[in-house]
Amino acid sequence: MFRITKKESFTKAEAIIYRLFGFSVGIIFSGIIIAALGYPVFKTFISLAEGSFGSSIAIRNTISFLIPLSVTALGLSIAFKMRYWNIGGEGQILMGATAAMGVSMVLPSGMPGPLMMLSMLVAGFIGGSIWALIPGFFRINMKTNETLFTLMMNYLAICFVQYLYFELWRDPAKKGFPGIQDIPFRARIPYVSGISLAILAPLIIVLVVYFLIKKTKLGYEIRVVGESEPTAHYAGMNVKKIMFVGVMLSGGIVGVAGAVKLMGSTGTLSSSLGGGAGFTAIVIAWLANLSAPMIVLVSFLIAALEQGAQFIQVRMGVPAAVADIVKGLILMSVLGSEFMLRYKILFGVHTASKKLEERASVDPTMQDSDPESEVVEDSI
Amino acid sequence: MESIVRNDLHPAFSMRGITKMFGTVLANDSVDFEVLPGEIHALLGENGSGKSTLMNVLSGIYRPDDGQIEVYGELKEFRSPGDAIDSGIGMIHQHYKLAEAMTATENIVAGMKKPPKNSGKKDDVLRTDILRYASRSPAKTQQKIIEFSSRFGIEFDPSIPAGQLSVSQKQSVEIIKVLLRGASILILDEPTAVLTPQEAKKLFSVLRKMAAQGCAIVFISHKLNEIMALCDRVTVLRKGQSIETCTVSEIDAYDLVEKMVGRKINLSINKPDPDPERRVCLDVKGLTYSDSKSVPKLDNLSFTTYYGEILGVAGLAGGGQKELCESIAGIIRPQQGDILVDNERIAGLSPRDITQKGVAMCFIPEDRLGMGLVASMGIEENILLKEYALTKGPLIRMKDATTKAEQIINELEIKTPGLKHPVRMLSGGNIQKVILGREIHLNPKLMIAAYAVRGLDIHSSYTIYNLLNEQKQKNVSVLYIGEDLDVLIDLCDRIMVLCQGKNMGIVDASSTTKEEIGQMMSGTTLEELKRGVSYV
Ligand SMILES: Nc1ncnc2c1ncn2[C@@H]1O[C@H](COP(=O)(O)OP(=O)(O)OP(=O)(O)O)[C@@H](O)[C@H]1O
Ligand SMILES: [Mg+2]
Repeated sequence: MFRITKKESFTKAEAIIYRLFGFSVGIIFSGIIIAALGYPVFKTFISLAEGSFGSSIAIRNTISFLIPLSVTALGLSIAFKMRYWNIGGEGQILMGATAAMGVSMVLPSGMPGPLMMLSMLVAGFIGGSIWALIPGFFRINMKTNETLFTLMMNYLAICFVQYLYFELWRDPAKKGFPGIQDIPFRARIPYVSGISLAILAPLIIVLVVYFLIKKTKLGYEIRVVGESEPTAHYAGMNVKKIMFVGVMLSGGIVGVAGAVKLMGSTGTLSSSLGGGAGFTAIVIAWLANLSAPMIVLVSFLIAALEQGAQFIQVRMGVPAAVADIVKGLILMSVLGSEFMLRYKILFGVHTASKKLEERASVDPTMQDSDPESEVVEDSI
Repeated sequence: MESIVRNDLHPAFSMRGITKMFGTVLANDSVDFEVLPGEIHALLGENGSGKSTLMNVLSGIYRPDDGQIEVYGELKEFRSPGDAIDSGIGMIHQHYKLAEAMTATENIVAGMKKPPKNSGKKDDVLRTDILRYASRSPAKTQQKIIEFSSRFGIEFDPSIPAGQLSVSQKQSVEIIKVLLRGASILILDEPTAVLTPQEAKKLFSVLRKMAAQGCAIVFISHKLNEIMALCDRVTVLRKGQSIETCTVSEIDAYDLVEKMVGRKINLSINKPDPDPERRVCLDVKGLTYSDSKSVPKLDNLSFTTYYGEILGVAGLAGGGQKELCESIAGIIRPQQGDILVDNERIAGLSPRDITQKGVAMCFIPEDRLGMGLVASMGIEENILLKEYALTKGPLIRMKDATTKAEQIINELEIKTPGLKHPVRMLSGGNIQKVILGREIHLNPKLMIAAYAVRGLDIHSSYTIYNLLNEQKQKNVSVLYIGEDLDVLIDLCDRIMVLCQGKNMGIVDASSTTKEEIGQMMSGTTLEELKRGVSYV
């Protein structure tokens, strides 16, 4: 029998040690697998690192992965702080990109580039927030389940973009092939010494979100609403309005991620533009414990892994499945260390960690429910 | 009361040298505590003195850093509440955790374990029966549960969903639940904090019956009169240490307080004269409110409060006190009637506008944390809860909140390791002081204090009475909703009695008696009393 208890606190040093340890365990395990499959272990890892940071192209690719992931996760984290389960990131990315695409098609082509880009970003924000507010409206006013609703909105968005792709916005210049025209060249985000200026998006948004949550009244309200709606109500907060604004911001920022992706990398709209970022971002947001700066860090790690895994397929001829295993193992171990950091597992009576404080215990085999034991999400 | 303590008995349990730390907070410092079978033993101490922690150690929720526990002479090491209940230790927490949608019976049966064969405990047959019937015949299960409960004089309908039970009935369900799991050592953590005096009396007779049948009972309470009336012995904790164990019949309440606080304190309410000008502050006219299920809660209620006066509100639980507070604070909208402050209408305004008009409310709900505080935030961020909206601009002002938090911590002697320490980790009483301190610091014209001393130790209760009196001297109009009639009479200038949402009359505290208020609480109006009519 064992039980899992939440730790009272941990020091910064502990945090770093645990995470490094988790990372090393992941490397060791994936090393064993790579060796077992007959690939040179050391060289594979070197290539993995090379693939993510080894050359300017690699870095550029890692960054271009990082941008949509982090911006989306930052957007979602606002909703998650309100305990509003916005699972609709993928759809909001697509609709943000769609709105930006639409704007680029109607704006006069002679318009100055920066102005055009700004209008597209604003359109992206609006597109994403409208898509988030549809389920939001029903949740706020009729208490529907937002998890399911936002999830379904993803598929609706994919279908809608497909319709645009094959029918409404089909580009006649493509001679019968389906597809939407490219955005005008001047609307594409420029590169400065090899680095896309799109990197500014997460850098600015992380500051905005951090500031919003920590320093503004709205952010404070969002945190209170997430903790307890009755309390917010008692304090005289307009819970509906706060939720509305929160969902709007959340969807809007995710929409901006879509617009940035359109303007910074794909250049045209298709239903695969999101590329699953809307889902990966959910993991990132929680892994980062909904802290804005951490979100950028975690996104970076995941983007690097992703990039490196692709590279070893090409360079070492490692099959895609193995690359995925390596990626998965490292991620799992880091996740695991995060868990070990926040909780501890007790086996016998004499645990080495007796000094560490436990405050509430959860025993999976226990039928009794006692009020002191909490499996609360980490305080945010 | 006849003492049933017999020294030749083995203690039901004994805890020796129990030490428990939370981070840097030493909650229990080498505590010794033992209780005999058939004894009702009180655990007394100020807020934060470590009572709940000690009992959580005994019931297997926390593991002690040091010390040992013996149960019926056997050394035990509990690793989970399940281990403790297997040894016969059951705890009734202050916050009940019943599945609201399930019936009382289902709540009781869920998690019951089949007793081991031939364990020799006397209720094994009954428990096996209940478990056997549980899935097949709810009626028979209920019958068995009713039979079992009646042994202790507990009455409730086991077929209705737990969500519809009153607080005291929920408590009964919890008691039956632990007893049916074989508990013979029962820990009750402030069971009477949310009960009316009548309900408390009923609980006492239940506890006495259980003790007479050999149960060992630990009773935590801040109400000395309850301890004097119910318990055999009392153990006093102070700052995490066990100070002394005394036999109740040999000690008086004042000595107990002195042991608890560590010095003599003055336990009298010094009532300043009310402002003779009698300027009207709050004017409530014909307030009528029915809740969403059209149950009438307030019935044509009218009264006025004056500046520089404390108006008490007495009444049975559910007599409309909560709805009255919430109507004034703008949280619910009464269907009829009007509310004026300084001759200005506040009915229909938003809660925030009402706060801005100078109305502050300190309402301690039954679960303390549920409303009014954000559990995971620290004191300073909780102070912000009401204030942040009053400052200009889109940003919160943390600095002001920090200064205020420090001030409140000093004034009310709140025990906390830091301003950012989550309030859910404070002891019950300290949590409450945070709410009260925040509301007082809004400098209101009208201060509503509802159940403000719920769960507070005596010393803190008097601190709060004094704070309310200070408010009164500052010419604030105070509306005090309370349960303890003695305190109402000592503290308030006038007392309004509510019964089913109706105003039974307002009496002068200096000339009324508890009996008079009691009769009005059960439905006789003041006029009828004066004419000599009584329905009770
Ligand atoms: N889970 C916890 N984490 C950190 N500190 C805690 C925890 N539980 C209790 N404490 C601290 O331990 C001390 C003792 O708390 P405890 O709840 O046992 O007091 P108490 O005597 O029950 O008080 P009250 O009468 O107010 O309920 C307090 O200072 C409290 O802040
Ligand atoms: Mg307690």
